[in-house]
This record gives sequence, structure tokens and C-alpha cells, in this order.
Amino acid sequence: MTENNSKKISLIKTPIPEQDPAKRRSNFEEVTLGYSPEMAMKEAGRCLQCKKPLCIEGCPVHIPIPQFIKAIKEGDFKKSIDLIKTASFLPAVCGRVCPQEDQCEKNCTLGKKGEPVAIGRLERFAADYAMQSWNGAGIEITKPTGKRVAIVGSGPSGLTCAYDLARFGHEVTIFEALHEAGGVLMYGIPEFRLPKRIVAHEINLLKDMGVEIVTNAVIGKLISIDEIMEEFDACFIGTGAGLPKFMGIEGENLNGVYSANEFLTRTNLMRAYAFPEYDTPIKIGKRVAVIGGGNVAMDAARSALRLGAKEAAIIYRRSEKEMPARKEEIHHAKEEGVNFELCTAPVRVIGEEGWVKAIECVRMDLCEADESGRRRPMPVKGSEFRIPVDIVVVAIGTGPNPLVPQSTIKLVLNDCGYIIADEETGQTSREGVFSGGDIVTGAATVILAMGAGKKAAKAIHEYLMRT
Amino acid sequence: MAKILEKRLIRHPDVFYYRIDAPLISRKAKPGQFVIIRLHEKGERIPLSLADINPEQGTISLIVMAVGKTTTEMSTLNAGDGILDICGPLGHPTHIEKYGRVILVGGGFGVAPLYPIARSLKEAGNEVIVIMGARSKDLLIYENEMQQACDKALITTDDGSKGIKGVVTTALKQELEQNGANMVMAVGPAIMMKFVSETTKPFDIKTIVSLNSIMIDGTGMCGGCRVSIGGKTRFACTDGPDFDGHQVDWDILINRQKTYLNEEKESFEAWKKHHAFAICE
Repeated sequence: MTENNSKKISLIKTPIPEQDPAKRRSNFEEVTLGYSPEMAMKEAGRCLQCKKPLCIEGCPVHIPIPQFIKAIKEGDFKKSIDLIKTASFLPAVCGRVCPQEDQCEKNCTLGKKGEPVAIGRLERFAADYAMQSWNGAGIEITKPTGKRVAIVGSGPSGLTCAYDLARFGHEVTIFEALHEAGGVLMYGIPEFRLPKRIVAHEINLLKDMGVEIVTNAVIGKLISIDEIMEEFDACFIGTGAGLPKFMGIEGENLNGVYSANEFLTRTNLMRAYAFPEYDTPIKIGKRVAVIGGGNVAMDAARSALRLGAKEAAIIYRRSEKEMPARKEEIHHAKEEGVNFELCTAPVRVIGEEGWVKAIECVRMDLCEADESGRRRPMPVKGSEFRIPVDIVVVAIGTGPNPLVPQSTIKLVLNDCGYIIADEETGQTSREGVFSGGDIVTGAATVILAMGAGKKAAKAIHEYLMRT
Repeated sequence: MAKILEKRLIRHPDVFYYRIDAPLISRKAKPGQFVIIRLHEKGERIPLSLADINPEQGTISLIVMAVGKTTTEMSTLNAGDGILDICGPLGHPTHIEKYGRVILVGGGFGVAPLYPIARSLKEAGNEVIVIMGARSKDLLIYENEMQQACDKALITTDDGSKGIKGVVTTALKQELEQNGANMVMAVGPAIMMKFVSETTKPFDIKTIVSLNSIMIDGTGMCGGCRVSIGGKTRFACTDGPDFDGHQVDWDILINRQKTYLNEEKESFEAWKKHHAFAICE
């Protein structure tokens, strides 16, 4: 970038084409369509190529951001994906679902005066382009070490850990409980935000690298961690925080009340949107209430509309400012016509003949900030009101899946049931057993789980080369 | 893909026995546990109780009654065919110890999963009595097997065509009054397990039931199988499937089992249109 050019840098991101909200609310096709090569090169031209790139510091897996953007600007797309793949195994996924606004883009120098460089969109472009034209970038694998590693769970942390370990030359086997690999990328995040063919593509890449994936393998039931440690030299546990939480309010077990996990699993993994071509059904009704303010809540509300609901409402006890969902997701949900009942908390679910009829809510006042830094909601006396609904989706978070922790001796857990592991290495209380992702931190993001998988892979590699 | 090694019609026209090649599962499975199967790429995941486990041969057995789309579709599979996905063993095994006198109550094809439980209880030194009920004598299954496995087998039929005329609870009450028991275990339709629990309550006899709620993953992930036990929400897949029958909120369970009745019918009808030839008569 020359001095001359930088003066003309646009303060806004190159817009990305999107499906029209009115059209997309009734289909499951991807909402954001992606940059064309021209758009990508134009956007890449906005990058200042800072000498001290703060964007990289904001990235949990430290992608060489200015370098890959420079390659895009120069039209060398193959080089750009090769650079990304030195650090990240799932760029097509991360380019879509990472909260870039809180990570790389938050640190972008351009962001001080205007909008930051659209790093996420560029990452996605490079990955998608590679998928179309080279069917995966050249990945260097060092010569086999003869060491075997088992990965438990094929979500973002497990896949990333497997990728790095395979590159280090270790023989890797992934065990997945469900019938398809991908974890939350497959069952949780909807098709319109993350097409399943993209996840499948990345997973096939791993298989091409020689990683074995065993599905329908519930570790803790079919095979214990002890048995794994007899056969493998090391093990990584990335089983996630998959256990749905419920509110404990009256009427929560009525027909028509779903956990977000169930609602999304039926839709995504089991493809209930194509019922009865696919066997798994889902109930939608006319009006759907989703409780919660995170990305999962947005996914559920937006899926409900696509499944045929006339109305979908988000019920969240604080204000929009405190919502944990990404701004982009809230924006997309609003565009599609999702209603927001903010500062509102559910009190009970009202039923009729065993089915949900309405949800009784109470308005909340926001008081001073609590330990999470968010303002604490307090119910306003006498403000109870009812929203007539057919379906309620509970999206208030998840806890640790108990199958592996409960069945594994000498694995130290914290009070909430999460595995205690070293933040830098993923080392657990058991020798050779590492862990990372949501089963250690509690429910977080795809990229943080990937970061944990990456750190653990490095530590496992060092451990294996020592022993 | 798991291969079906053997298939037998054990009750005309719709109850089938399958022996399936599943060496890893058979190594770990214990009576009272279940598996989740998916027949093909477009199939649903359904839980099925283990009717037998043979670790030496590396096989598990399932008894399937063709009542809906997936079970009827499964009834068209034969020895040599494969089941795309089979996942397990899931749930906790039935707790086996020396209780003393144990009465097992099985309704319909719920008798099948009681078979390995009966044998384990016997091995643990219990006196095992089974009460098997059906609407009529032609609908009874596993009669010989249970007679062999148990010390005493009582049969009830609604129409009186065999054994005691009446329902299982009639025989249960009589047995409890005459001989008592230290433990009762029931497997079968929810309504039967509910009445078994109500029958044993006045006798204050611990009653274990195996809950068959709707499931997807069977690993605690979806929460679809949640049941209310003693006022607390529990997952049948990871906390069960066995629970204290006196603590179960039966109305919630029975209601939740009906969630997809319409869809199940729709799906079955659509399938039958295209597969009329496949249904065994």
C-alpha cells in the first residue's frame, strides 16, 4: 500500500451481498452471500498493513492477518488460503461465525476512524474460493511419529486439535457420539448461517490427511477413557457443553417446550425442515417464543420463521445492549421480522390439554451492574402479562455433558462439573489426558474452542515427543 | 453400518427379533440399557431396549414391534441387511443386587428387555417372579424364555384366553398380598408402569420402572426425553432410563409421548403409499 492510496481509504467496509430479508425468512439458504474476487480485492486494499498488527493479537489462533489480506489484494488467492491454514483449520467456518467485532476487527487501526477492515469476510472469501478452485490447500504433514492420539468429540476444539496433531505426524482417531462429525457446527448452527456442506468439506480434508473419524462412539459408555489410554499415547477431550439448561418454571415440561438444542438438532442435524421426506418431525405452530439473548436464541427464532412460524419473539430479561448475541445476528433477526420483548422474563408456561398456550412474563427493571458487568434485572411488581404462543424454545445456556467426566476416574472437575485443565496446555489432572473447549470453559465461541484445541495440540505434541 | 445376523418373527404378524453384529456395544452393554438406531440417511433416531447381550459372539438382540414408520421399515430388513447407525450402550444399567424376592412386570413386548434383567437377578441370587400381560394369548411373547429364566411365571390376559383373566396389576396385587416382595421392576407401556407403581405404593415396595420417552441423541444433549421425578426435571437418557416409579410424574410422561402422534401418522402414511408391497402380512 502506498502513501498515496491510503489517503483515499474508504471508512466503510465493502458491502457484502445478502439474501433479501423478505425472501430469506422462508428458506434455509445462506443469508450472507460472500464477496466476489473484485469485492475481496477492493476490501483487501483497505488494509493498512500495520507494522505492529494488533489484529493478530485479537485472534485466538493468531492467523497472519495482514499477510493473507495482502495476498488477496494482489490476487494471489491460493497464497492467502495457505497463509490462513498455517494457523486455522476452519477458515470457512470462522469467516462466518467468529465474533470478529470482539477480536481481530476490534483491534484494527482503521476502526479508530471508521469501520475496520472486514477481516472475517475476507477470511471467508479466501476459504470459499479455495474450496471452489483447489479443493483444499496444500497442507504439509511432517513424517509419521508412530504416536497415536485419540480425540473425544468432533466439535471445533476436537477438529482443530486433530488437524494440528495430524500435521505434526501423529496418528489421530476422532470419536464422535452422534452419527455425523462436526459437533455444534452440525447440530447447532443453522444451515442459513453455516451451510453443512462447508463443515463436511473441512472434515473431509481431515480424512484426506489420514485422520480416522469413528461416529456413534459415545465415550464413557462404549469405550472408557481408561481403555483409550491403554491403546493411545495421549487423548484430548473436547466433549463440549451440550447439556441444555431449563429455567425450572411451571409448565416447562408441557408439549411444545423445547430446549434450543433439541429445536436446532431436529432442524439441522435431523433436517426436520424436510419432514416427511426426512423422518424427524418438529412442531412449529404459528407463534414461537424464544427465551434468551445469545446467538443460539437468534438461531432458534430465525429457524422458527423459516420453518413456517408466523411470528417469532425473543424474550430477554435485560436490554439489547446486554445481549450476548453478535450485533450482526441481532440485526439479521430484526430484518427478518423477529420481535424483541426486552427487559422481560418468563414466569411460567401456561398450558391447555397438555400443550403450550401462552407464556406469562414479567417486565424487568435494570439495576446496577452485577459481577458480570451487566445490569442486574429486577422484576417490576404487577407488570405480569401473557403472550399467546404455541411453541417455547429455551435458549438460556448449557452445562457440561456428564458422560465422560462421570465415567472417568482421576479426572478432576470443578464444582460445576467442568474439567479442570491448564489454560495454556489443556493438561488435565491425568497424565496424557488433555482437554479444551466448552467442557473446560463453559459455553463459549467456536474460535475460543479452536484456540484451546490448538494450544492442546502443541502441548500434546511436546508431551509425545518427550515420552 | 451394523449387520443383522438373524431375524425371526416372534409374534405374528408384527413383532420381530433381531440379532445384530455389534462387538463393541456387546462388550459393554448391561441389562436395562438401550441403543439408538437410525436406519438410513433420512431416518430418525429411535431408542430400542436391549433384549439380549452376547459379548462372546459380539452380538446384541433387539425386539421390535412394527407400529410406526421406522419400526415397520425396520421390519422389512432381513438377515444380511445393515442398520446404518447403531449407538450405545446408553443409559444406566438396571441396578442388580440380591434384593430377595423380586417381581418383574412386563406388558406387551416390554417383556423382552426384562429377559436379560431376569437372568442377571437370578444370577445375583434372587427369587424372581415374572408377571407377563397381554390383551390375548396370541399377543404374548418370550413366554418360554421367561419361564426358564424365572422361578415363577404368571400370565395375565385381558380376555382370559390364557392364565389369569385381567391385567397385570390384578395378578401383582394378589401376589403381593399372598407372598410379598422386596422389589418390583416394570417395563412396558407408560400407562401400565403407572398402574404398577400405584399398585405397589400401598405395600411400600420399591418399584423401578424403565421410562421410554421420546429421544433424539440419547446422550443428554437435547433434553427431549426429560421427565419429572419427585418434582425435579431429569433426562431419561443420562439419568435413567430406570427411575423410582413412585416418584415419576406419569401424566407429564404420557402427555409428552403424544407430542408427535399426528406427524408419526403422516410419516407412516406417506411411507406406506410407496412401500405397500414391503409390509409383511
